[in-house]
Amino acid sequence: MSATSPTSDPGGPLAAGRPVLELRGVTKEYEGNRVLKGVSLAVRAGEIHALVGENGAGKSTLMNILFGMPVIHETGGYGGDVLLNGAPVRFTQPVQAMAAGIGMVHQEFMLLPGFRVAENIKLNREPAHPSFLSPLFGRRLDSLDRKTMRGDARRALDRVGLDIDEWLPVAGLPVGHMQFIEIAREVDKTGLRLLIFDEPTAVLTESEAEKLLESMKAFSAAGVAVLFITHRLDEVKAVADRITVLRDGEVVGSAEPLDPRTTPVTRIAELMVGRPSAVVAEKRARVANADVALSVSGLRVEMPGEPVAEATFQVRRGEILGIGGLAGQGKLGIANGIMGLYPASGSVALEGVSFSLNDPRGALERGLAFVSEDRRGVGLLVEESVELNIALSALEAQGRFLKPFPIPALRSSDGGAIRAHAASMISRLDIRTTGPRQQVKRLSGGNQQKVCVARAMTLAPRLLFVSEPTRGIDVGAKERVLEILSGLNRDQGVTLVVTSSELAELRAICDRILIVYRGRIVADLAPGASDAEFGMAMAGETAHS
Amino acid sequence: MTGLRAFLKEAGVPRLIIAAFVIVLFGVAVATKMNLPSLVTDSIVRVARNGILVLALLPAIQGGVGLNFGLPLGILCGLIGCVLTLNWGVGGAAGLALASGIGAALAIPVGAGYGWLLNRTRGQEMMVGTYLGFAAVSGMSIFWLLAPFHNPTLVWAIAGKGLRTTLSLTGSFDKVLDRWMAFEVAGVTIPTGALLVFFGLCALVAWFFKTQMGITIAAARSNPRFARAAGISDQRTRIQATVFSTLLGAIGIVVYSQSFGFVQLYTAPLLMAFPAIACILIGGATVTRATVTHVVVGTFLFQSILTVALPVTSQVIQGDISETARLIIQNGMILYALTRVGSGK
Amino acid sequence: MSFARGRRLIGRYSVPLLFVVLCVFGIVVAEITPAFLLGEMLIRIGRNSLLVLSLLIPILAGLGLNFGIVIGAMAGQIAAIFAVHWGFSGIGGFGVAMLLATPIAILFGWATGTLFNKAKGREMVSGLIAGFFANGLYQLLFLFAIGTLIPFHNPEMVLPQGFGLRNTVDLSPIQYAVDDLVKWQVPMEGTMLRVPIASYVLVGAFCALTLFFFRTRLGQQFRAMGQDPHVAAIAGIPVERNRLLATILSTLLAAWGQLLFLQNIGTVNTYNSHEQVGMFAIAALLVSGATVTKATVGQALLGTILFHTLFVVSPLAGKALAGDAQIGEFFRVFVAYAVISVALVLHAWQSAKREREAV
Repeated sequence: MSATSPTSDPGGPLAAGRPVLELRGVTKEYEGNRVLKGVSLAVRAGEIHALVGENGAGKSTLMNILFGMPVIHETGGYGGDVLLNGAPVRFTQPVQAMAAGIGMVHQEFMLLPGFRVAENIKLNREPAHPSFLSPLFGRRLDSLDRKTMRGDARRALDRVGLDIDEWLPVAGLPVGHMQFIEIAREVDKTGLRLLIFDEPTAVLTESEAEKLLESMKAFSAAGVAVLFITHRLDEVKAVADRITVLRDGEVVGSAEPLDPRTTPVTRIAELMVGRPSAVVAEKRARVANADVALSVSGLRVEMPGEPVAEATFQVRRGEILGIGGLAGQGKLGIANGIMGLYPASGSVALEGVSFSLNDPRGALERGLAFVSEDRRGVGLLVEESVELNIALSALEAQGRFLKPFPIPALRSSDGGAIRAHAASMISRLDIRTTGPRQQVKRLSGGNQQKVCVARAMTLAPRLLFVSEPTRGIDVGAKERVLEILSGLNRDQGVTLVVTSSELAELRAICDRILIVYRGRIVADLAPGASDAEFGMAMAGETAHS
Repeated sequence: MTGLRAFLKEAGVPRLIIAAFVIVLFGVAVATKMNLPSLVTDSIVRVARNGILVLALLPAIQGGVGLNFGLPLGILCGLIGCVLTLNWGVGGAAGLALASGIGAALAIPVGAGYGWLLNRTRGQEMMVGTYLGFAAVSGMSIFWLLAPFHNPTLVWAIAGKGLRTTLSLTGSFDKVLDRWMAFEVAGVTIPTGALLVFFGLCALVAWFFKTQMGITIAAARSNPRFARAAGISDQRTRIQATVFSTLLGAIGIVVYSQSFGFVQLYTAPLLMAFPAIACILIGGATVTRATVTHVVVGTFLFQSILTVALPVTSQVIQGDISETARLIIQNGMILYALTRVGSGK
Repeated sequence: MSFARGRRLIGRYSVPLLFVVLCVFGIVVAEITPAFLLGEMLIRIGRNSLLVLSLLIPILAGLGLNFGIVIGAMAGQIAAIFAVHWGFSGIGGFGVAMLLATPIAILFGWATGTLFNKAKGREMVSGLIAGFFANGLYQLLFLFAIGTLIPFHNPEMVLPQGFGLRNTVDLSPIQYAVDDLVKWQVPMEGTMLRVPIASYVLVGAFCALTLFFFRTRLGQQFRAMGQDPHVAAIAGIPVERNRLLATILSTLLAAWGQLLFLQNIGTVNTYNSHEQVGMFAIAALLVSGATVTKATVGQALLGTILFHTLFVVSPLAGKALAGDAQIGEFFRVFVAYAVISVALVLHAWQSAKREREAV
């Protein structure tokens, strides 16, 4: 079952100077939010070029632009230039990209479960003969040539080394097979110049991932340029010729792409998560002798994309604890699991009293609060007013803002109190809004985040979880939000647990920082620890791994 | 954008057309010196008659279940209440209360079951509700035919069994509410009792959505994931909303019947959801948002058209165009609402 | 056949089996003679199959149950009325009606398809309401425009007031135009059963055409869309345009189907004939075990047979059992509604479940 070289049309000799793909200063904005801030890179024929970065760095957006996905066009298009073999192109539909020789193996499979393997491989490119209706209605009514379909599919499957019957229905096939059928589909296309792999090994077993990397090498050997998106640094080490690191919509590190053979993995990890800290870290007195506020033992969380395998740690009263790590390693799962948003198991105790997991209301009632990383999805009622958003959690969990009434469920809300409280929060947190009754969806990202924080503060929690506090917010508002959080801790003694993919901000406000790798806590570092220590922990190269 | 332009754009073309149509009809009525007081009386009576059925749709929309095409389920509960009350010969205000009480009591378990089913069929609530309603009305028809009632005023004379298609309420609770405290002003007779009950229930519903329970229900509709993070079960709130809607439907048909003077069985409830839905949409509601104002305004606009269209147009056009107009306006409005941007089915 | 496999087969075919049981029960109770039953069924299947067939393409293209075929039926009716009014008769008259119905149905189908594209995810409700709405427009046309805006001199068809079409329009000039194209009668138990061979040939032709269609590239595109419009779009399939096309094809078949129906009945209830068309055709299809997302030609035919058998049997059984045919009529309508409700609930249940598991 070896993978033999796929057909391709070498756009130019391997050694030629002109790259197959070139991006020059590509920018993209979504509703005022700059997701890509001028990305430039080049991929040569036969090269495997890895694109690494955190979630939210802009990788998916870049791929959507390259492949002509409609969502780009529908939200205002993009800036900058994309050149294919030196000629500028601008795709608004995937068909155009495919016709130009770009293929894509998607992260979420683009397969039809009710169709057979061969039908999926030849989707919308089926071989067909003219039928009796064709003269009247055109090529669309040609009848399908099943024999040729199966033959082509068979050849493609053989090339990727997948030994299954091409006439099987796709539904029910194991996930690993589906990934290879995706690749077979691209193999079958003639004139392939650039093949994009988007997180292809996410759902594969170790051996399947190895086979996939081999087929990737086979493509590159045949002269196809390969763009490989991932955040698995070991894979990058294994196959990539060059690496570009993307962070916050920009290319970081050197202007030239990095050579994995000479760049240590830890350096790549550093680049992914943050500038080496030139930020002045607030010298904080360690709260080493305070009581334990929250004690977590053997926490396991099933959060898709951020699973926690086994987390054991303690949070001391009055401290600001940071949780960091690369995307997909599980750091976001911890807070979500404890607050009951995703199924969790293990034992948790708040100030010595243990409480059961999987109970969002219980967590709130015990004095825990959560500002989620998914602002619009979980954190806000975007169609409702600022004042309602701020008051709602306290109203539900603590019965605040309700006038007394014999039947608890029918207590009427106190509009005046809600409005007054909202007004005070607006001034305290400097929320830019036309008034407490404005719809939250009209606020900017930064102000929406402040509303989320305000809602958490209204609960007067003892311990506050905050995840990705400054994601998607412009620089000025970032500072403000971090100040507010520090202020909460300093002035009101609220214990904070901050989860973030921005190492710099963790180092700026936290007392200590836990690093999560593969769902486990692998390091407990002081903010002043060296960049190398952080880099190694995040890349999984510590004594534990 | 200035306030007026923004208002007009929000309102949308169909509503503006309908509002203009109402004005034109009344204008023609005045111009041709028609009996305006009787037209106005009829309009008001019809608003009071249909209002609660329209109001019944509000909890469902606010609860996130969409347009409650399954309103016939609540209506059937109310009809059972009416039939039993008539069979036991209870008349007057007591009869009205008894019919409503029985209807409401039945509506709670029926609404809960319906709500449970809607939870399992998320995304297709409207279609499921429509056909469930149709099937229920159809099944009930068989029941009405076979029911063990023997009261001579209710059953077919010749066969001696099987309920008649329409049961008269004269001598029972016919127009009990309509006539209560009714008074005349400038030739227009106001059905005070019925209006009071309608407005009273409107106020009750408005108050309910300011209570903790109501706020919880609306929050769960607004963002189910947010709700889950706050410990709210949107399965529960949807069932609560559906029960409330079904309950109001049961009471609504009792009030409707007393105003109409007849209890209509068999296939009459089949299509009753549609005019009510058109009313609330005309009033400004969408598939995901409704307020009491929408209910009142929409009922007034749509019912006025229905009342006034026939007499006014019959002066000009021979034949009854009001039924055709109703079909076009009612269903056109619902179509418009269905094509608006908005998630869900 | 293992026990487990047998159970699974019964599960899949439970609805059609239940129907067979009901029908057999009804036939026995009402003492229906085979000749009578066969005679009725020959006629009913011939005239109703095409309407049921028209539902297939939208289902496979991902539009669900096309409640808007009522609109296609209206197109057919308009064509029939005008064809007879202009004096055409016989098979020629039927042909004229089909030709006339075509552009009307295409226009109607285009409007309905545009609506469906605007109401993605809500196609079925929209189709249902659109049918009611179109009915209003249809009434406007035939009650008020005929004779006034549209000159129509025909005292037999027009109401005495000078405009507006009568409630019943006689279509005898084209009655049996197709049915009796090839006259064939079969003797059975003392009566002569009419076998409308030409109609069956026509239905068969459309069945074959439908089967062939799904072996073409366009048919493959439709099937892809029906499974996952997003994946289809990425592969370059023009999803919106194809949905429009699917609706037009369905509406066209429904128009011709209604014509086939009318040529057998011989009269048209101007304002009522088309109303139940959608509901009965859909119920008939679902009875065979077809679902909102999957249906075959065989199921269309099977469903028509089962549904119409019950349709005939039910009132007679009601009369025999309870002395009242009315119960039987209510029962068959109830069954139709119930079958559709069950199919809708199952479809929604499964897709809601799939959405939850995907998260």
